[in-house]
Amino acid sequence: MTTPAPEDRKDTMAESAAEQPAAPADAKRGPSVATRERRSGLMNPSGETPYLVVEDLTVKFPTADGVVSAVNGLSYSVPLGRTLSIVGESGSGKSVSSMAVMGLHDRKRTQITGSIRLGGDELVGMPESDLMKVRGDAMAMVFQDPQSSLHPLYTVGNQISEAYRVHHKVSKDVAKKRSLEMLDLVGIPNPIRRFKQYPHEFSGGMRQRAMIAMGLVNDPKLIIADEPTTALDVTVQAQILDLLNNLQKEFGSAIVLITHDLGVVAEMADDVLVMYAGRCVEYGTATDVLANPRMPYTWGLLESIPTVSAASEKLRPIKGLPPSLLNLPSGCSFNPRCPYKDRVKGERCTTELPELLPVDGAGAHTSRCHLHDKASIYEAEVLPRLG
Amino acid sequence: MSDTVRPIDQSAARGETLLRVRDLKMHFPIKESVGLRRTKKVVQAVDGVTFDLKAGQSLGLVGESGCGKSTTGRMITRLLTPTSGEINFKGTDIARLKERDLRPFRRQLQIVFQDPYSSLNPRQTVSNIISTPLRVHNLVKKGNELGRVQELLERVGLNPEHHNRYPNEFSGGQRQRIGIARALAVEPEVIIADEPVSALDVSIQAQVMNLLEDLRRDLGIAFVFIAHDLGVVRHFCDEVAVMYLGKIVEQGPREQIYGAPQHPYTQALLSAAPDLGTIRGVPPKERIRLVGDVPSPIDPPSGCRFRTRCWKAEDICATLEPKLEGKPQSAPGHAAACHFAEPKVDLVAEIA
Amino acid sequence: MLYFLGRRILSALSVVLVTLVATFALFFIAPTDPAAAICGERNCPQQRYEEIKKGLGLDQPKVKQFADYLEGLAVGRTYINGGVERECKAPCLGYSFKNDRPVLEMLGNRVPVTVSLVAGAAIIMLTVGVTIGSMAAKRRGTAGDRVLVTSTLVISSIPYYIVALMIALYLTIFYPILPRGSWTPPTDNIGKWVAGLVTPWLVLGLVNMTQYVRYSRGSMVETLNEDFIRTARAKGLSDRVVTYKHALRSGLIPVITIFGLDVAGMLAGAIFTERIFDLPGLGNLVLESLVNFDLPVIMGTVLVSSIFLVTANVIVDIVYSLIDPRVRLS
Repeated sequence: MTTPAPEDRKDTMAESAAEQPAAPADAKRGPSVATRERRSGLMNPSGETPYLVVEDLTVKFPTADGVVSAVNGLSYSVPLGRTLSIVGESGSGKSVSSMAVMGLHDRKRTQITGSIRLGGDELVGMPESDLMKVRGDAMAMVFQDPQSSLHPLYTVGNQISEAYRVHHKVSKDVAKKRSLEMLDLVGIPNPIRRFKQYPHEFSGGMRQRAMIAMGLVNDPKLIIADEPTTALDVTVQAQILDLLNNLQKEFGSAIVLITHDLGVVAEMADDVLVMYAGRCVEYGTATDVLANPRMPYTWGLLESIPTVSAASEKLRPIKGLPPSLLNLPSGCSFNPRCPYKDRVKGERCTTELPELLPVDGAGAHTSRCHLHDKASIYEAEVLPRLG
Repeated sequence: MSDTVRPIDQSAARGETLLRVRDLKMHFPIKESVGLRRTKKVVQAVDGVTFDLKAGQSLGLVGESGCGKSTTGRMITRLLTPTSGEINFKGTDIARLKERDLRPFRRQLQIVFQDPYSSLNPRQTVSNIISTPLRVHNLVKKGNELGRVQELLERVGLNPEHHNRYPNEFSGGQRQRIGIARALAVEPEVIIADEPVSALDVSIQAQVMNLLEDLRRDLGIAFVFIAHDLGVVRHFCDEVAVMYLGKIVEQGPREQIYGAPQHPYTQALLSAAPDLGTIRGVPPKERIRLVGDVPSPIDPPSGCRFRTRCWKAEDICATLEPKLEGKPQSAPGHAAACHFAEPKVDLVAEIA
Repeated sequence: MLYFLGRRILSALSVVLVTLVATFALFFIAPTDPAAAICGERNCPQQRYEEIKKGLGLDQPKVKQFADYLEGLAVGRTYINGGVERECKAPCLGYSFKNDRPVLEMLGNRVPVTVSLVAGAAIIMLTVGVTIGSMAAKRRGTAGDRVLVTSTLVISSIPYYIVALMIALYLTIFYPILPRGSWTPPTDNIGKWVAGLVTPWLVLGLVNMTQYVRYSRGSMVETLNEDFIRTARAKGLSDRVVTYKHALRSGLIPVITIFGLDVAGMLAGAIFTERIFDLPGLGNLVLESLVNFDLPVIMGTVLVSSIFLVTANVIVDIVYSLIDPRVRLS
């Protein structure tokens, strides 16, 4: 199969993004239709029509020390009513990629290529004045730390009303009514009193509820939640996750949930995308990725988490440190830390970047790994250790 | 013994009680003014904590923010002076000792902090950071310092040749190792680990957890392990104390706390912890969701402090504070402070 | 709020008192002899010298003099000079040694001049400074930002009196583009008031403005990196609203502290500006009184300046609590 190296791929993708409705003639000179479709992100684990399509997204920051490749050829898609969880450690590119989707990156210091389509509209290269209209309206974001993410000097009500009035030409009273509805919807008791209060008068959980109310005030079809519960206590986290789940059931929005916590993923996600060093290394439904993972990094993550349900005797951490994004290892980015690379013949792991391929030859569960007996290694070696 | 770090004096054999904490309280006064009047109020951060720590044991203190777990840790290491109560370390009550008399005990009770970035002085080399306690406590002859520093660095899994580097040249996990090496330098018998891994990434967290585990096994150091992450505590601690609003509400052996928790708060905590098991095995049959937030420690609820969020609360809970005690059905050493304590199983997913 | 004001007024009074004691002490530590100065230093007959001294009250013990001064401030006092009794009502600041006029009246003539000058300059300083600073912060890292920051640095590194003097010479005298400085009370003729002050306003305001460009730029750059700014952008607000509504309000907080103290400082001593533009303000009065060892006038100006400073501090605190709901006045 002709699998172009990532550098070449950028060109082909730029081309295909430009010629939106891909002409059949293209298929002949480009990669096979199957590869193309998979790469284009149109196919997603659920097989439904996606609302958000991210295709071959690359985010680079030129710095004094060189170019940081924060995100490299990332493709995924999310249909309405489904939750995709992007998992990774710090520096994996999970937050950077979502900031790019929202168009919140610093335009002057960031180079973005690839395609981000929201309900069919291309967001990459969209003028800021148009993007502004989409941001906060069709797509909204819920941030990690509600303490610092709400403006300390404006009342909560003021901030929610403002979010509504940016996208709706309505009077202050109408906006206030809408905000009160939202506060009630996210389970904040006594909305009328709360409306007039400042963020510091709210508890952590209430602040995150207010943040969610603000995000949802315009009925967005896509919600990006960036570690929405990391700053919260366990019992409050459970409340907020339930709230997000219920709101999704009610409004049917697509959710992209960014988190490092596989427990949260297990509770929330329909689909899971695992990122490592700026690339997607495994992508599939939650059951695919968490119960039948097919990539040594995912195995490593599962083996290193102490869970409440299993008191495994010894954690098996992934050895070493994540690579510098200024200087990625050749071949598979995970190879310096991978305990299984000896099982791949030759030097493929260190010389050749593995493609993101279906784990069983076809299907929507994909992983980026040269190992050919991934299923048997997982069943025979990894699973027993997970207890 | 081939180990590079000397194990502690073996007289403190496993099983002997090292630390007896009795009715420990920390009340912080705060001032508030209403109009021209000024009122004094008290934050009851810790209000009557009692536990024992045996040599080589690992006791987990779990709870949500504001429950007083970190304050307790700081009192035991005497970074804070308790309002009242007893901290008996090997027969001496150190709760009110003066700084000078405290010194020998400081050596034996070390603390490792959560934030590996702010807890190391950025202007000192690693060698300096680790050797300062050695000098303060006269633990090493002049000239041997570097050797000892390198030994310690190797023990915590860092390259001994990096002793001349500054903290900012290390990653978060490596800095936490430096913090651990600093604590180890004085050969302590007890380490208070205050959220030692919660600032670290998952894969790095496991590395540091395993290091602590090794230290515990090889050197027989006893740990008071403070964390909010129930998974981490289950992994590391053989005894667990659950705290809520300044008090211990349930305490017992790990298997009991996780397998058959009796206090409604413990049950709620376990039920709320998002768990991988839900996807890889049988999800729990029941989910408990608490409503509302933790009340303020300035004016805590009367009687049982958990009653405002408790689904079992009755009139007696508001009037009579439940004692932390073993119930008839409890396993030995398992105590809960609840009028209606009853064990609940099935709160945690079963892995198939 | 009440508690806060009560406490602040008490502490303000003590600050003023300490300042007065210090000024009084400093005056007598220095080799000053007002009586000799009035009498004419060369050939002053001993008797005449003693008379003058007695008339000024300088023959009394120092502590008594100071106590009398405070008494005058609080309840008023009676001056007896050459057999003439004069009632000086509270707050009595005494009479000038030099020209025997009541100090209160002299200050009353001078304070409006300085207040007019400083108020205008302060408005220019804050509005222009913060606007340019915010613009620079919004464009941080660009060439325009660098030009702005560098030029403000250059201007503020030239001593202020040189800039002021050059402008006064070149723009009002050699090439009379701007009107020369002069004082007309605004109650007499508001047009003339403005015309006489416009040049000093511009000079004092614009030169001091350069610091505010840098303060507010620094503060704004910091604020623009805050999480809540990202939230504001995520709502779909335009860059303009994000910068000038969300960031500016937080960014202003540290600037206001400096501003309050700066204004108080300027009120106490816009000496260069008043001298160069020939405005009969407080600064000029301070200078004259120092030259003449005119103790009551010196004490009077110090009193006024310290009241300005203390008031500015209280105002800053109140403004703080208005901008930032987390700050409670207690």
